[in-house]
Amino acid sequence: MTEHAEENLRNPVRPAFDTPCTEDGVIVNIGPSHPATHGTLQIIAELSGEKVVRADVHCGYLHRGFEKECETHTWHTLIPYVDRLNYCSALINDFAYCDAVETLMGVEITPRTRYLRTLLSEYSRIADHMTCIAASVMELGAMTAFLYLMTIRDWIYEHLADLTGARVTHSYGRIGGLAHDLPEGWLDRLAQILDEYEEYVGRIHGLMDRNRIFIDRTRDVGVISTEDAIHWGFTGPMLRSTGAARDLRRDTPYLAYSELDFEVPVGINGDNYDRYYVRMREMDESVHMIRQLMQLLPEGPINVDDRRCAFPEKPLVYTEIESLINHFKLVIDGPQVPAGEIYLAHEAANGELGFYLVSDGTGTPHKVHVRAPSFVHMGGLHKLLEGYQLADVVSTFGTVNMIGGECDR
Amino acid sequence: MNQELLERVRTRLVSEGREPEFAHGLLALSLPRPALLDTVRLLKGEFGFDLFLDVTAVDWPGRDPRFDVVFHFYSTRDHVRVRLKTAVPENDPVVDSLVPLFGSAAFMERECHDMYGIEFRGNADLRPILLYEGFQGHPLRKDYPKEREQPLVRYRK
Amino acid sequence: MMVFAALRLGNGDGMNQGDQKTGAFEYLTTRKDELIGWARKFSIFPYPFVTACCAMEFMSVSSTLYDTDRFGAALPRFSPRQSDLLMVVGTITHKQAPILKKVYEQMCEPKWVMAFGVCATSGGFYQNYAALQGIDKIIPVDVYIPGCPPRPESVIDGIMQLQDRIAGSKHPIINETF
Repeated sequence: MTEHAEENLRNPVRPAFDTPCTEDGVIVNIGPSHPATHGTLQIIAELSGEKVVRADVHCGYLHRGFEKECETHTWHTLIPYVDRLNYCSALINDFAYCDAVETLMGVEITPRTRYLRTLLSEYSRIADHMTCIAASVMELGAMTAFLYLMTIRDWIYEHLADLTGARVTHSYGRIGGLAHDLPEGWLDRLAQILDEYEEYVGRIHGLMDRNRIFIDRTRDVGVISTEDAIHWGFTGPMLRSTGAARDLRRDTPYLAYSELDFEVPVGINGDNYDRYYVRMREMDESVHMIRQLMQLLPEGPINVDDRRCAFPEKPLVYTEIESLINHFKLVIDGPQVPAGEIYLAHEAANGELGFYLVSDGTGTPHKVHVRAPSFVHMGGLHKLLEGYQLADVVSTFGTVNMIGGECDR
Repeated sequence: MNQELLERVRTRLVSEGREPEFAHGLLALSLPRPALLDTVRLLKGEFGFDLFLDVTAVDWPGRDPRFDVVFHFYSTRDHVRVRLKTAVPENDPVVDSLVPLFGSAAFMERECHDMYGIEFRGNADLRPILLYEGFQGHPLRKDYPKEREQPLVRYRK
Repeated sequence: MMVFAALRLGNGDGMNQGDQKTGAFEYLTTRKDELIGWARKFSIFPYPFVTACCAMEFMSVSSTLYDTDRFGAALPRFSPRQSDLLMVVGTITHKQAPILKKVYEQMCEPKWVMAFGVCATSGGFYQNYAALQGIDKIIPVDVYIPGCPPRPESVIDGIMQLQDRIAGSKHPIINETF
């Protein structure tokens, strides 16, 4: 290796500390490529024996330039980028972004879309929580629970692929509605999957909830109080596990949540077990919401009949000149969003996912900024790690559910 | 959403000579730079905006002052949001840091500094967070070309 | 072994000579290569260098519905010293590139690299300052699996192609100068 290559294999960002502060302290690098950290994150920890004295969290290893990409794409063509933020629950990102653009444009979506978006958001939330729980318990050794959850998650993915065309990153939301309507038999399969879900998750409860090893590894580990959590900006299941019943779906209802009957599960202690259990209960609440939505779903069009953002019907595009020009303009220039700015937040699986959009009146955004819950949680992660053991880093990090795409954007 | 709290905040800010306005469900306010920290203290202490959501900047290249630094706050008790905006010029992009008030400001200010070059006075740790040391320039500024890569590892032939 | 001793004639690597004695040597080394290739292709120890969304499909392909265990390729080894297939799953950014190079260099021969997903293959649709436009700019790649993210069937197809390559390549454990 030449000297040039040697030099660049050093840590990309200098650590906050490089000498130990305790007598027998050792500084250890839990590097970006690590089996037990799901996603790329580096933690530089000072250990005194097994205890973590100080921790310096380095994220940014998956910074893919989302905001810069958005500035060169139209409001429509950046929807696939938005998908890949929290890739475990891609539909929630889609719908939050589309909602922000629609509010800025002054477009009101149709009732069917409203209910469908709610249903699909909850469905995505189930997939996300499943992934988080599966990955975090696998790190503690529970391979069986991982495989059960992966099985049912795979069925959900295939089912969503029937609807949207893709298993993971769906890109299904459109400004003014959705890409297309439900295929035949989709809701029947949904009912089947929800029944299978009950059975599988029942097994997980049986395996994990009262498992002595799991409780020992997660109870009273990574504890944070509500006040500290709010000080460090936690939202979502992390905040709810501390006991504060804060949920944007209940507090500032959007989409169809005001018509649904659901509970907001909260934890007691703010430790890892609570985060696990809050996620399990939230999945159950999501299933309950989906069942209600399946009854409430009205018939009607999917896309709003607004030529500023919705494409005209294909037969019209081929026969009428106005529709042709409309289609052409929407594809080449993008929907013209009036100048202004908006901050709109939805309750994503990890917390408050906010989109701050700045428009300068053209079809390309001036700025698209994402307030990513995982990024803010990483800011407070050291609070959860300090004072606990090295092996608890794995357990805590799993339950925090850091999604790299969202954290680093 | 508790519009009543936003009304009270608005009245109080108007009494201090500011001009807040309602925009898409939240209260938005533009401030001069020196007034920022006091207004944030007021919002946090008296009106209960305890969750600091976000800080970011917007680059308006033709305009002077060039950058708008934008802050968002949320009240977990009353479920309403407030946006504060302050303009900073290109030759002196310094803003007061909110780290003494909110812990979550640390990482978010580092990101804003990385991407736009905004200095936060009072934040001792402005290391790069999304980028790496040795990266020249601030990518989200409009004059940074999107495709200019600065690789760390030499490419193979 | 007498056969080998008798064949230690000739020059070079003994593989390309025209006479019968080295023909027999070639036959034996081919069978040896096939045997070792067969053993190696069915006992792949992947190092899942997982970064982004492709991780979801990696988890799916390792699980029960699409199983990589039937190819012998399921058991991940998280130490580069113990693994032989570097699966680069997801986008590699410029910040992460030194780490990828370091891990690749720490792996021992024989080693193969699989670029899983378009971001690892060519940067994907992140054509900007942050993403490395394909890992083959810094390390040599054996099999590319396109897709964003690729379906598990594509991944299995990629593994099978890699297995064909492993089975068909030469494995010089013993050669003339051994």
